[in-house]
Amino acid sequence: MANNIKDIGRRQTLKTLALGAGAVAASNTLPGLMGHTQAASSDPIKVGFQVHRTGIGAAYGRWYDRTTEAVVARINAEGGINGRPVEIVAEDDGTDPKRGAEVVEKFATQHSCDVSFGTLFSHVVYGSSPRAGELKMPYFVVSEGHHVASGALNRYTLQPGITDVKSQVEAMGPFIAENLGKKVTMIYPDFAFGHDHRDYFSAAFEAQGGTILEKIAIPPTETSFTRYFPKIPRDTEVVYHVMVGPAVLTFVKEMGEFFGPSRPEIFGFIDSLEAVDLASPGLEFLEGTYFWEGNPRYAQENNSEFDTAFREAVGVDNNGASVTDAKDISTYGHMFGCWETMYIIKAGMEACNYQGPKDRASLIEAVEAMSDMPHSMEHPQGAKRFNGKTHQTFGHQYISQFEGGRLNVVHTTSIEDTLYEDEVDYTKQSF
Amino acid sequence: MDFGPYLFFASLEGAVTSAVLALIAVGLSLVFGIMRVVNVAHGEFYMLGAVFAWYVTSLIGGHPAIGFVTALIIAPLLVGLLAAAADYLILQRIEYDPERTIVATIGLLYIIQQSTLMGFGPDARPVEAPFNERIALPWFEFGESGFAMTWPWGFSTTSYKLAVIAAAVVLLLLLWLVLSRTRIGLVMRATQLDKDMATAHGIPVAKVYALVFGLGAALAALGAVLVVPIQQAHYLMGGEPLLLAFIVVIIGGLGSLPGTVVAAVLIGLSDGIISVFFTPTLAKIIATLLVAFVLVFRPQGLFGKHLA
Repeated sequence: MANNIKDIGRRQTLKTLALGAGAVAASNTLPGLMGHTQAASSDPIKVGFQVHRTGIGAAYGRWYDRTTEAVVARINAEGGINGRPVEIVAEDDGTDPKRGAEVVEKFATQHSCDVSFGTLFSHVVYGSSPRAGELKMPYFVVSEGHHVASGALNRYTLQPGITDVKSQVEAMGPFIAENLGKKVTMIYPDFAFGHDHRDYFSAAFEAQGGTILEKIAIPPTETSFTRYFPKIPRDTEVVYHVMVGPAVLTFVKEMGEFFGPSRPEIFGFIDSLEAVDLASPGLEFLEGTYFWEGNPRYAQENNSEFDTAFREAVGVDNNGASVTDAKDISTYGHMFGCWETMYIIKAGMEACNYQGPKDRASLIEAVEAMSDMPHSMEHPQGAKRFNGKTHQTFGHQYISQFEGGRLNVVHTTSIEDTLYEDEVDYTKQSF
Repeated sequence: MDFGPYLFFASLEGAVTSAVLALIAVGLSLVFGIMRVVNVAHGEFYMLGAVFAWYVTSLIGGHPAIGFVTALIIAPLLVGLLAAAADYLILQRIEYDPERTIVATIGLLYIIQQSTLMGFGPDARPVEAPFNERIALPWFEFGESGFAMTWPWGFSTTSYKLAVIAAAVVLLLLLWLVLSRTRIGLVMRATQLDKDMATAHGIPVAKVYALVFGLGAALAALGAVLVVPIQQAHYLMGGEPLLLAFIVVIIGGLGSLPGTVVAAVLIGLSDGIISVFFTPTLAKIIATLLVAFVLVFRPQGLFGKHLA
C-alpha cells in the first residue's frame, strides 16, 4: 500500500514536472515568435522595467513602479511616442545583481523590449549594465550612483533623470562646513552607493577645510546598529548618515537611543528615512537636524505647479504619503527620476524618429545630444543639465530641516554647485 | 568611547543577541534531540513569529503594551500550531527519513518565506515596544581625584533590551522545569531515549513528535516576538538566526539543552564584542571557524554525549 502511494506520487510528480517544463518552453518560445511579427507602426514601444519588487530595495521598487505607471499613463494619454503606445514590461530583480543581468537578458531576448529602464540600487546596475552593453540594449538607470559618470559602465547605460552621488555630496559639503561643523563622522552602507558617499563626500569636505574623523561602513542587510555607534569619536561635531535597506528606521532610532540628550549636529541623506513615517516613535531626536532631499517630500509653501501635478498623478499627498493610505510613505526623494527618465526616452525617440531595435544607437545619440531641460511637467523636480559625454544629468539639490515632524526646505543648491569635471567621454566609444 | 565602557557596551549588546539566540537554538536543539529532525525551516518559524506579532499589534489599538503582551501569547501559539500541522502533514508522511526530512524542511522554508512575501509584503514593519526608556550607564574609575563616577558619551542601553534578557532567562528556566519536572517532560525524554520502548509503554509517539516540533517552532517565534520591537519584522529575517542557531547547536552538542544555552551565550557575546571592535563579518567568520574546529576535534560538541 505504502509502495503504491509512493509510485502514484512519483508518477504524478513526473507528470507535473513535464507539464511545468512544457509551460516554461512555451513561455520561452512564444514571445520570440511574436518578436518577428513586431515592428508594425502601431505596435507598442516596449520598455523593460527592472523593478526591485523584493529584496532590500522593495520600498523603492513599489514607488518606482507607481511613478512609472503614472508617467506611462500620462504619455499614452498624450498620444504615446511617435504615435505608438508605451507598454511597460516589469520584471522583479529581487534587488540582486545576478538576477538583474538575467532580467536585462529577458527583456532583450524574450520580451523583445526596445529599451530597459528603472534600476535603482547601484550594485544591481553594476551587475546588469555589462549585459545590457553586450546585448546592445539601451539601459536607462535611475540610480544616483556615480558609476555612470565615472566611466565604469558603457555607451548603452545612461542616467539622464536623476543626479549622481558625487554631484549631490559636492553640493552638500559647503553647507555642512559653513553651518554645522568641521569635524565629521560618516556612516554609510557598505556597497557601491555607500562607497561613492565615502569617497566623494570626504574629498569635497576636506576641500572645504573640514576633516573626516571616522568612516563607519554598515552592510545594507544589517538589522541591528547600536554596536556600530561607539566607533563615533567623542569630538565629532557632525554625524553624516546615509543608509538603505529594510531596517533604516531601526538605524535612525538606535542612533537616537545612543546619543540620548547629547547629540552632535546631524546631517542625513533622506535615503536613511525613505518610505519611513517621520512621526514614528523614536525619531523625535531628529528635531532641528538636516537632510538632503532629491525632491522635497513635504509640499512646500511655494510649491511649483509641476510638483503639485506630479503628486496628483502618482497619488501622493502633501506629506509625501499615498493618497489612499497615509501610512504608506513614498520614496519621494528619488522616484521623480522614473518620471523624468521616461520623458527623456520619449524625447529621444521622437528626436531620432525611433522605429524599432535597429534604431537603438540613434536613440542613444539623440539622448547624448540633449543638454538643458527646463523645470516643466516633464521635469517636475526642477531644471536639469544633461552631459552627453558622461551620460549623467545634473540638477538642483534640496537641504531640509526636520521641524515639528516634517521637513522644510532651507536651502536649494544651484546646478553649478553640482558640476564636476568629466571623467569619461562615452560618445567616443563605438556602438 | 574608552576601552572599559566600550567592552561593557559590546557585552550588553551581545547579551541581547545571546538571549534571543538561546531561545531559537534551544527550539532547534529540542527538535533534533527528541525527533532527530534537522529543521531547516526553523528560521522561517522565527520570522513568522515576528510577522504575526506585527499583525496582532497593528490590530489591537490602545497602549502598545496591550498589543505586545497579546502577541507574546498568540504569535508563538499560532506558529506552534502551524509547525505541528507541518509535522503531521509532511514529516510524519515521510517517516522522518533524515535525507527527505531535510529536503522537506527546505521546501517548507521557501513556502513559508514566499507566502509571507505574498501576504505580508517585502517591507520591514516596526512593532512598538511596550516600554522603551533610554538608560544612561555610569562608569567607575580611579582618576586623579580618586574613585570617580563618570557618564561616558553614548554609554547606554534601553529598559526594553534589559527586559529581553530577563525574559529569555525566565523562559529558559520555565522550559527546563517543564522538561525535568512535569509528566509531559518525562514523556518527551522517554521518547528521546528510546522511541520503540516508549511506544511499547503506550506513549503516543506521533503526538509527542507533533508537540515537540510545535514547541520548537514556538520557542523560535517567542524569540522573534521579543526581538521585533528592536529589529522590525521582515520576510527575510529568518536566514541569519538559522545559521547562528545551527552554529550554536553544533558547538553546544546536538540535542544537549545546557550545551545549547552555553554556546548561545558564547556565540552571542563573541558576536557582540567582535562586531563592535572589528566587523560583524569577522564575527561570523570566527563563529563558523569555531564550528569547523568543534567538528574536527570534538564532533559531539562541547556538551554532547559521544555517539560511538
